[in-house]
Amino acid sequence: MDLLAIIRIATRTLARNKMRSVLTMMGIIIGVAAVIAMLGVGQGARQTMQEQIQAMGSNLLFVGAGTVTRSGMHMGWGSTKTLIYDDMLAIMRECPAAQSVAPGSSSSGQVVFGNDNWATRLNGTEPQYFDIRSWPFQEGSSFTQNDVEMSANVAVIGETVRKNLFGTTDPVGQTLRINNLPFRVTGVLTPKGTSAAMGDDQDDIILIPLTTLQKKITGQPWLRWIMVSAVSRQASYAAQQQIAGLLRDRHRIRTGDDDDFFVRNLADMADVADQAGQVMTLLLASIASVSLIVGGIGIMNIMLVSVTERTREIGLRMAVGATEGDVQQQFLIEAVVLSLMGGTAGILFGLSASYVITKTLSWPVLVSPVVILIAVVFSMAVGVFFGFYPARKAAQLDPIEALRYE
Amino acid sequence: MVTTSQTETTNTGMKGAQPVILVQEVHKYYELGETRVHALRGVSIEIARGEFVAIMGASGGGKSTFMNILGCLDKPSAGRYLLEGIEVSSLSIKELATIRNHKLGFVFQGFNLLSRTTALENVELPTLYARISKAEGEKRSREALALVGLADRISHFPSQLSGGQQQRVAIARALVNRPSILLADEPTGNLDSRTSVEIMDIFQKLNDDGLTVVLVTHEPDIAQYAKRGIQFRDGKIRRDERTENQPRASEVIKHLPSLED
Ligand SMILES: Nc1ncnc2c1ncn2[C@@H]1O[C@H](COP(=O)(O)OP(=O)(O)OP(=O)(O)O)[C@@H](O)[C@H]1O
Ligand SMILES: [Mg+2]
Repeated sequence: MDLLAIIRIATRTLARNKMRSVLTMMGIIIGVAAVIAMLGVGQGARQTMQEQIQAMGSNLLFVGAGTVTRSGMHMGWGSTKTLIYDDMLAIMRECPAAQSVAPGSSSSGQVVFGNDNWATRLNGTEPQYFDIRSWPFQEGSSFTQNDVEMSANVAVIGETVRKNLFGTTDPVGQTLRINNLPFRVTGVLTPKGTSAAMGDDQDDIILIPLTTLQKKITGQPWLRWIMVSAVSRQASYAAQQQIAGLLRDRHRIRTGDDDDFFVRNLADMADVADQAGQVMTLLLASIASVSLIVGGIGIMNIMLVSVTERTREIGLRMAVGATEGDVQQQFLIEAVVLSLMGGTAGILFGLSASYVITKTLSWPVLVSPVVILIAVVFSMAVGVFFGFYPARKAAQLDPIEALRYE
Repeated sequence: MVTTSQTETTNTGMKGAQPVILVQEVHKYYELGETRVHALRGVSIEIARGEFVAIMGASGGGKSTFMNILGCLDKPSAGRYLLEGIEVSSLSIKELATIRNHKLGFVFQGFNLLSRTTALENVELPTLYARISKAEGEKRSREALALVGLADRISHFPSQLSGGQQQRVAIARALVNRPSILLADEPTGNLDSRTSVEIMDIFQKLNDDGLTVVLVTHEPDIAQYAKRGIQFRDGKIRRDERTENQPRASEVIKHLPSLED
């Protein structure tokens, strides 16, 4: 009996019990859709993350004030006061792999413009920060080194802040109030979007001169971080070594003692974030695939019912010459058709779902053909695996017993 | 495998030719818990190619049991069954399926049609398992339906057919793979006498063309159309004799009142 004929018979049999077939497929549909959506979103997230990290500049290093342990208690990140402006100067002076550096400290601010107000991250830094992070301006420009020396009340705002406070007004030259102090806006940064690694909005930010932040807002003279760009991508590992050595020296940390700072290499961060993303994607996908197995069990159950219901039909087919193989094939193909149709519907649902999710997060839609192929193969495998036992059961019926079955 | 075609068949009871069906001392028991039903108690029979045999006997006499064994659907508990010289008990399940498909046509007591399948598809069923093309299978199925006078009922479902028509679909299905032996278990049960004679006419014509026919019937009227009558009682053969001057069903029909009267 040729395959096409069996497939035709199988689809016809399934079409006879439409409701039942669709309900049986549901498990597979949901399972495949969930796996596709999870993989699609996960891939999209990873891709975005990589692009963002790449955009930050792959030779970027991040030096952060470390945690300090005081009488056995871990304080939070940046709780040390040992990272200072002179450390930055020393890095510039003594680390040949470092090309440029920008100091920084962070706080948060309540920002008011007109009747609108907005709570956001407030970072103090120096103008070279924007070069190091390769972050261009969509309007206006950075504050100047002169502003830093004067501790001027000037600010650069991110796209989210602009949207929420200014709407259609041109912010450059306007004065807004940060923690009740007036600041003149000098520039608006181009949007960077949501950070896929951290999940936070990178455009929800205001940057002001470091000295202004230190003197007028936090009152803390130390730094929380230093951004360093290495001379090249390859040099970033050397820069990491050099900076760590230098800072241990300067902070008089004895061998064996913990650092009071940390140095992150963006290339490392990219790897870590990528791995985390991959693990997350796989985790989500494997949770989703549990539903595929549940779907498979549903198919097995319905196929067993079907074999029992059609015992006489099986007996008759055998009586007119169907071999065990023919009967087994027929039921197996029925199960596979069921699971493949479910799989196909699941792929369509999964694609739409991941499209909607990634669109709302403005990530690229990334469902590789490989994923779709895997979904097809997998749902087929589910059909074969869970259809095998019922088909075997059908094939092993005794024709005369089956014909007598009521 | 021994192949046969209807053209090389010989006439009734020709001596010396190998019998198509040779049954020796066949027993069949059914175990039902404590009790044992002895359905066949030593049946021996020889049927030559081209014979037309009617098996009669009281209900429960073992006729269907015997037919199922002849049809390679069931196995005897004891005794031998040789089909065209082949020891059936030595055949594998797959070989049995092939024999049922190619050599035997079986008409079941009760029609055993697939209910949600058209007449044509029911008839096509055996062709699906034969090594012939779909087109050839369909062509043969249409021919078989035409032979039993149902050319105009091809796409009817069994529920849309009368009992006699359903029975004829079952006969067409048994004939579609051009078997050399037709086994029919009460093909005229529940049918009016005219329809019964029509079916006997079909059988006689097929037999004229060389087909070996074995049928089970309760009615002596029907049995008279066969060339040989066998009487079953309590799982044994009580009588086995040739029928003299069997009537031609085609002649009898002419004298029967037509159903419109
Ligand atoms: N599967 C079975 N299990 C147990 N006993 C059976 C089975 N099939 C048949 N029998 C018994 O075997 C005996 C013969 O049955 P069989 O069906 O061969 O009779 P029959 O001659 O065909 O009768 P009828 O003319 O009513 O069709 C009966 O006593 C019946 O009860
Ligand atoms: Mg019977």
